This record gives sequence, C-alpha cells and structure tokens, in this order.
Amino acid sequence: MAAKKITGYDVNKVREDFPVLTREVYPGVPLIYLDSAATSQKPKAVIKAMSAYYQDTNANIHRGIHKLAEEATYAYESARERIAAFINAPSSEELIFTRNTTESINLVAYSWGRAFLKAGDRILLTEMEHHSNLVPWQMLASELDLELDFIPVTPDGLLDLDIYEQQLKKGPKLLGITHMSNVLGTVNPLEQILLDAKAAGAVTLVDGAQAAPHFQVDISKLAADFYAFSAHKMCGPTGIGVLFGKKDLLEKMPPFLGGGEMIKRVELRSFKTNDLPHKFEAGTPAIAEAVGFGAAVDYLSELGMDQIERHERSLTGYAIEKLSQISDLHILGPDIEEKGGVVAFYIKDIHAHDVAQILDSEGIAVRAGHHCAQPLHTKFDLPATSRASLYLYNTREEVDRLIDGIHKVKNIFA
Amino acid sequence: MDDFYRELIIERYKTPHFRGVLDPHDISYEDDNPACGDHIQIDVRLDENGIVTEALFSGEGCAISQASADLLLESIIGKMVDDIKKLSKEDILENLGIELGPVRLKCALLPLKVLKAGIYGIEKTERSD
Repeated sequence: MAAKKITGYDVNKVREDFPVLTREVYPGVPLIYLDSAATSQKPKAVIKAMSAYYQDTNANIHRGIHKLAEEATYAYESARERIAAFINAPSSEELIFTRNTTESINLVAYSWGRAFLKAGDRILLTEMEHHSNLVPWQMLASELDLELDFIPVTPDGLLDLDIYEQQLKKGPKLLGITHMSNVLGTVNPLEQILLDAKAAGAVTLVDGAQAAPHFQVDISKLAADFYAFSAHKMCGPTGIGVLFGKKDLLEKMPPFLGGGEMIKRVELRSFKTNDLPHKFEAGTPAIAEAVGFGAAVDYLSELGMDQIERHERSLTGYAIEKLSQISDLHILGPDIEEKGGVVAFYIKDIHAHDVAQILDSEGIAVRAGHHCAQPLHTKFDLPATSRASLYLYNTREEVDRLIDGIHKVKNIFA
Repeated sequence: MDDFYRELIIERYKTPHFRGVLDPHDISYEDDNPACGDHIQIDVRLDENGIVTEALFSGEGCAISQASADLLLESIIGKMVDDIKKLSKEDILENLGIELGPVRLKCALLPLKVLKAGIYGIEKTERSD
C-alpha cells in the first residue's frame, strides 16, 4: 500500500462526509451517534457508489456477455480485490462474500465443522464471544456431540492466558476467538494466541467484526485460518460481510449453500463445485453492497487506518477519564492500553434501558442491553449495560454531551 | 420525555410495593425479555374461588418493566383469574400513564405476559391432572 501522508486528523472535516450526522433527532436536538459498534454511519462516498451502481450499471454478474454484466462483474470482483488488499490477504480467491460476520462463522461451522469434526472433539471459545461466535458452535456441538471449552475472562476483562495454555493441552480441534470484544473493548493479543493454537494443532477462526473497522488488520501476520467481518460496521452497507479462509482449507471444505454460481457443472443427480471463492457464493450475491463495501475500504484507507486508530484511542481515553469521574458509574473491561473504542458501563441502581432512553431524549444514541454477549453479562452478574462506542467521526464535544446526559439520568433517578 | 419517567414510575421502581417471592404459591412463572435482559418472576396465591389474594414479583429490569409489574400486581389483588386474562396492553399503558414506542412497550408488557403465561400454565396442569 502507498505511504499515507501524515497530516493531522481533522475530525470536523471527516464529519462532513457523513450526511446523517447533520440531522436533528428531535426538534433542536442534534444527533450524537455513539452506537457504531452496532453499526457505523455511512459516508457519501459509499452511498454514491451504490447509487451510481444502480443508476449506471446494474446487471447480474459472471453470466452475462453484455456490457452491463461485464461492468457489474468487474465492480463486484474489484471490490473483492480491494477488500483482500485492505486486510493484506495473499489472494482475493480466499475472500468469500457472505451476508455478515454471523453468516461467515456459520459457514465455517456448517461446512468445515461437519466435514472435519466428530463426536468427542473439542472446540475452544472464549467467555467474551458475541452470540454469533457461540451459538453456531453450540448448534454444531449438539449435532455432532462435541465438547465446548471457554477461555475464562478475568475481572479486568482480559483472557486468562494461563488457563488457555492448559486448555490447549486437551487438543482442541478449533479455536474460535474475537479480535476485539464488543462489550469490554478488549483487543486480544492474537498474534501469540493464534500461534499457540496452531502449535497445538487447532484450526483458528477469528471474529473480526469489531477489529477490522478500527485498526489495521494484517492477515499475513496472524495465524488465522478463518477471519470474518462485516461491511456495515466499517462505513459500508448492511447485508454483506466476508470470510477470509486459507486456501487449502477452503478447497477441502464441502460447499455451504447450493445453487447457481457455486457450480462448475450440473447434471440431474450430481454437480461439480466451482473454483474458489465462487464455490461458497451460491445465488445472486449482494452486488451493490459489494460495490459499497469496496468504496468503504477505499474511504478508510484514504483516511488511513493508523490515523483512525490514533483518533479513536485518544477519544476513548478521554471518555474513560470523564466517565470515571462520575460516582456510582462503573466501566467494564481493561485499561486503555488494551482497549478499543467501546465503553460499556453501568450506573448503580439504574437500569441500562433507562439510561439509554434518557440519553436518547438528548439526541445521544447508545446501546443498552447485553449486546449479544449474554454469558459475559451473566459472568459479571449484570443484567444489562449501556454502551457508548466511538468511531472515526466522534468528537470530544460529543463525549462531553454524553457526560451531561448521564448527569441528567442520575438527577431523574436521584 | 420528562413524562416518560413520571414520578409514579420512578417511585414504584425505587420502592415497589409488591416485590418478593411467595412460597408456597398457586401460580409462579418467569420469563425474559431477550432484547434487554429484563427478567421477571411473578408468584400468585388464590383463594378457593380463584380470586387473587396475594401477588409478588421478583427479578430485574428497567424502571418501566419494574413499575409496570408493581402496578399490575396492585391492580389484580381481589380479581378473578378469568378477569386477569382479559387484561390488555391498554390496561398496562393506563397503569403507567405514558405512551411507549415498540421497543419499550416490550418492557412494559413483560409482566403481563408472565402473569398470563402463569395463569394459562396452571390451567393446563389442572386439565392434565
């Protein structure tokens, strides 16, 4: 990739790229969007790319010989190449388009899991996984009679790596792990974790949904056999995500969904699968969404992932500092050194839903609930938390407004 | 919005009148609201005529769900089980005195859902006996 010019990060200029950020939520109440871990807002570049695709190109891909079909195919495949380059993947044929991270993980569980696992095999996950990296394995475990183990989370929100080393001795066939927790914000030290798993003979799968949007993911430096993420959390559209998979594994795996595009030849009673990556992309895919996803990674690359990470880190540090000063408010997860831009918190005796509702009246969008990580909340004995998640367009002024809003919550419940 | 957290709701959330568990009980049921992690259990005692004599709730949740449970239980003391079955969304909103969007409506209606499920559950048991 070309060297990025190191200039100051002008967040106000970045904000101009996001039309929704100018709207008012209620009359006279501007939007403060602190829910990007759920889904990010979309820049003009992405909205325009998708709109232009529908206005000027729109055709089905790969089959047609006509001009529009060729252009659509190019747009779709070019997006795949740019996304592969974005994570420094060795080749774009290892990048499969799916609906989202969840579908990517389900693809691995369904296809790889059913073909290569048998009764009594162990799968190692962590206690901080999102439901999307728990439930597919639970389903597979009950189908194939597998054993599930979980790397414990310490009270400071880190993985207990001593116990992990013990768990590896049981010979898990797969390690499924999140790159960054969507509740604790913990960025797991994956380089060593994955190397250890590989040394123990496990296949490795990483849920990168919260990582790829926020810092440079370099797949060539991670011993990840599978790496999944979604467009919509990184400035792209909903309805599209990717599964990166090592070629040798993908080639050995049976197909996931059957239908058009994933075949090379079909007879009445048999079929021959297509080459990678098409083997795993049955049916007409989300073409415009792929175009939007491509525009999103272009946008992020132009801003520079290093710059984005630096901005978010500084903002997260500021948010933690300010929130820590509020009495009866507790922040989940580790210190800033090991944390991304996700700040989940609870206020003594005030339910997270009430916090979110009152903040909403101030135009502040946060998330309340268990954030699809219910076992983690159970572990910390919390029914729900509020979560402010920060992204490349958020500002210190917005954090200040959040703090004001929380004081209002506390006054109402005082 | 300030209506939303009207005094009654905050007061019932902070100092509920019908909080606790009943053991023994004639009806007991619990359920969750998966969207937000609210959890409510309701225990009810009936007299020989099927009239509610005591009712308490336990569990945790937001101010809306907790206040809704408290006000609901207050409203059913002395009522026939058959009358409780007729309670609707409107009755709950009337108890709370607020309008609610679709997400928070689930919080408000969870106690009624639990109570009705308990009632229908007990009837099923009686029938199968």
